Parts: sequence; structure tokens; C-alpha cells
Amino acid sequence: MAKVIEGLFYSESHEYVKVEGNVGYIGISDYAQHALGNVVYVDMPDVDDEIEAGEEFGAVESVKAASDLFAPVSGKVIEVNEALDDQPELINQDPYENWIIKVELSDKSQLDELMDAKAYAAFCEK
Amino acid sequence: MAIKQEKQDREKRTCLYERHIAEGAFMAPFANFCMPIQYKNIQLEHLAVRHKCGLFDVSHMGEVTVKGKDAERYVQHIFTNDVADAPIGKIYYGMMCRENGGTVDDLLVYKMGEDDFFLVINAANIDKDWAWMQQQAKGFEIDLQDRSDFYGQIALQGPEAEQRMEEILGLPCREMTFYTCKTIDGVIVSRTGYTGEDGFEVYASHEYIQRCWDKLIDAGVQACGLGCRDTLRFEVGLPLYGDELSEEISPIMAGLGMFVKLDKPEFVGKEALAKQKAEGPTKKLVGIELDDKAIPRHGYTVLKDGQPIGEVTTGYHGISVDKSVCMALVDAQYAALGTEVEIQIRKKVFPGKVVKKQFYHKSYKN
Repeated sequence: MAKVIEGLFYSESHEYVKVEGNVGYIGISDYAQHALGNVVYVDMPDVDDEIEAGEEFGAVESVKAASDLFAPVSGKVIEVNEALDDQPELINQDPYENWIIKVELSDKSQLDELMDAKAYAAFCEK
Repeated sequence: MAIKQEKQDREKRTCLYERHIAEGAFMAPFANFCMPIQYKNIQLEHLAVRHKCGLFDVSHMGEVTVKGKDAERYVQHIFTNDVADAPIGKIYYGMMCRENGGTVDDLLVYKMGEDDFFLVINAANIDKDWAWMQQQAKGFEIDLQDRSDFYGQIALQGPEAEQRMEEILGLPCREMTFYTCKTIDGVIVSRTGYTGEDGFEVYASHEYIQRCWDKLIDAGVQACGLGCRDTLRFEVGLPLYGDELSEEISPIMAGLGMFVKLDKPEFVGKEALAKQKAEGPTKKLVGIELDDKAIPRHGYTVLKDGQPIGEVTTGYHGISVDKSVCMALVDAQYAALGTEVEIQIRKKVFPGKVVKKQFYHKSYKN
């Protein structure tokens, strides 16, 4: 069973946002890392890039293929998880601890469009 | 993140399908079949083949038999390699080409006996090849049969394969040299493979193949999916039809001229291929190594000074070679070793250079 954490916001394309004040930590869910298999590369945006909800902002690559990452919310990138450059497998080890980017949220009302843990768990069951 | 979950009900199943499901393999459509892509993970399966041995279900491959008075003349007509006066038990790799030099398929030709050949073709091309072979058969006194549904096939690959074949399957094979075959009670055994390692392929009835599979798995041999079959063949520079060879990519462009015997009196595509070889092909298949860890994938654009010069055919972050590498078809003037090029990966452009397309050395047993 894929792990789903309470208190996070989830997208249908399997990204999550963890919100702390006006900052969002964006990563991929446990379900997504399972489906991908071993992550061998994470393509991240640059700090100060603006990301747009629903738009592609990077990619996670397994041995076999690249999967685009879609922004669950809009905002400005304030940090990227540089540890993933050398150890992309951290995403497999703990996808919730190892977020991909940290953004300054530009519109918190976008969070209402996302699923809570319960709804996401049900979504993955389908 | 986009997760592809395609419908699996329309695909054909091999005789080992139930075993893959029971093992919990990740299954996906490949060449009209529902095939195991990986069991546990691709790296682990890849390394098992490089260092010990791995077992593959390759029952999706097609088999065609050519028998009769004109069998050799017919094979010579459709095949780019030369099987004239071949000893019985010898195997040849080569292509079938169109008149214009485009590749219908790449295949293995087994000489089973005088006037008796066994052709192994790609699963994705079975229908197309069969139509082409029938069309080309006019005027030849041969018995041509598509035996793809009869034969199951496993590949046992890696340095421990020989020992496993003999001890677990009871198939004596240590005296066999690479690219030879023999028949043991109707079972075809060949010292061949698609991994760059020593290994064997076994063709037999579904029941026999199922028994072999069970014995090897019970003995602890690693089951391997098509995922690592691709990473293994890629690292040693072996082409995959659809990536490095196609109706548009001739064997000369793909650097496979050594399997095209232009001194043969006749074969389909000879004139076009001879012309390409004499004038030099307009495009060539090369290896490219990137400085960065970003991974070039099939279809990505290769650039020189910002201008497109070709496309990636296969790319990975290598498993036995810890680098981002790819094969790419580029305009011939940029094919020299050491040429600096760039590859467009999503929004960014990454520098790389042309290298040999064997990223890892083969260890065949001769």
C-alpha cells in the first residue's frame, strides 16, 4: 500500500504540496515513486523561476523513461532540493521527506482545487 | 507526474504469462504482447546478467522456417548476410531490406540442415515480415512456415549461463561456440543473445519452455524483464529495430555494413545499399556521451551550434557505465569521434561529444 500523509495537498498527477505559512514544498507521492521505480535523475527548475499551476516544471526519470512534473500550485521557486542531484534515489527512500522544490505560493486559494489525504488515497485506489 | 496505465486486454500473451503475473512482474504492452518489463528492479536484473545470469521470456519473438530445394537460394535473396556453403549449426545475423535499402527487419538465420533454415524475427514485425517473405517467395521451390505461435523461447544470459544450462536444464552446451545451434530431441538450443554477455536461447514447445522456466526459477536464477534487456543491449551498442533500424534507417546508416555482403551475387536492396556505401550515407548512427546527468531519450533533438542535425534513437543513464549516454542518428558530417554536439532535453540544451557506440565491452565466448 502506498503511503499517504495527512495534512498535505495532492494533485491528480501525483504531486503533493506541504504548506508552511506562505511556503509550499512540492514533491511526488509515494504512489508515484512506486509506479516509477528507481529514480535516476530529477530535472528541477532554477531558483527564481515562476511556476504555473497545471504547467510542467521539471521531470523525474526512472531507468526506463522521463515523467514530467506538473505544478500543483503557482509560485516562485525559492529553493530546489540539491541533494537530489547526487542522490535522486532519496525520492524512493522517502518521497515526503525529500521534496523537490520549495515555492513561495502566489495564490493559496489554488490549494482548494487539490485533494486531501483521504480523497487522494481513494483516487489511487481507483 | 504522468503515469501511463495502458489497457492490457487486447495484447497477446506468451506461454509464461501466468508465471509473470504470479511473480508480480510489472507488465506492459510491447509489440502486440503483454510482456514483463521488470520483476523487482531494472538495475538489479541488469547486474544479475552482467555478473551471474538472468532468465528472460522472449517467446514473443517470431520464428519462420524455410525448407526445400531452393531454401538457401531464397534466404540469400532476402537476407543481407551470406549463408552460402554455411556449415550446419551456424547462425548469421543480418537484415532484410527493401529495394531502396530501408530495413524491413533485422533477424537471425539458423542453418538447421541442408535446405533447412530457421529465421528469428522481431515480435513487432511478425505480420509485416511474413507478408514480405511470402511476397518474395514467388519463383522459389520452398516450404515457408510461420511457426511463431508454436515456439516458446527463453534466453538465459550471463557468465553463469553455461553451467545453469547443463546442471539445471540438462542441456549439454559447453562445447558450443558463439552463434552456433543444435537440436536436442526437437529442442533448438543456440549460443546467442541480446545482452552483450555469453548466453543461450532455447526454442521449444510451450510445455517444454514452461518446465525450463520453473526449473531455473526454483534454482534461484533471476527472472528479468524487457526493461533490462533494453539497457543491456543498448550499453554494448546492439541495435533495436524501431530505434536504430527502420524502414528509413538502412543497415549502412546504422553502421552495420559488416552484415551486408555486397559481394553476394544478388539480394533485395543490394544496389541501393552498394550506392550508399560507395557515396557514404547521408546520416550515421553514433554514440554520444553527455557531461551532465540529464538523460537523452528517444526522439530528442541533437544540435550543432543551435541547428538540428539529428535525433536520439536510444538513451539511458547507463547502468554498467555510470554516465548519460545515447545512440543518435545524425547528419554524416557530424559523425566523427570527438565532435562536440548538444542535445535538447526538455527546455535546456546539454553539451556532449560523439563517442563509440559501444559503451560497455561485450564478453562473448568464442
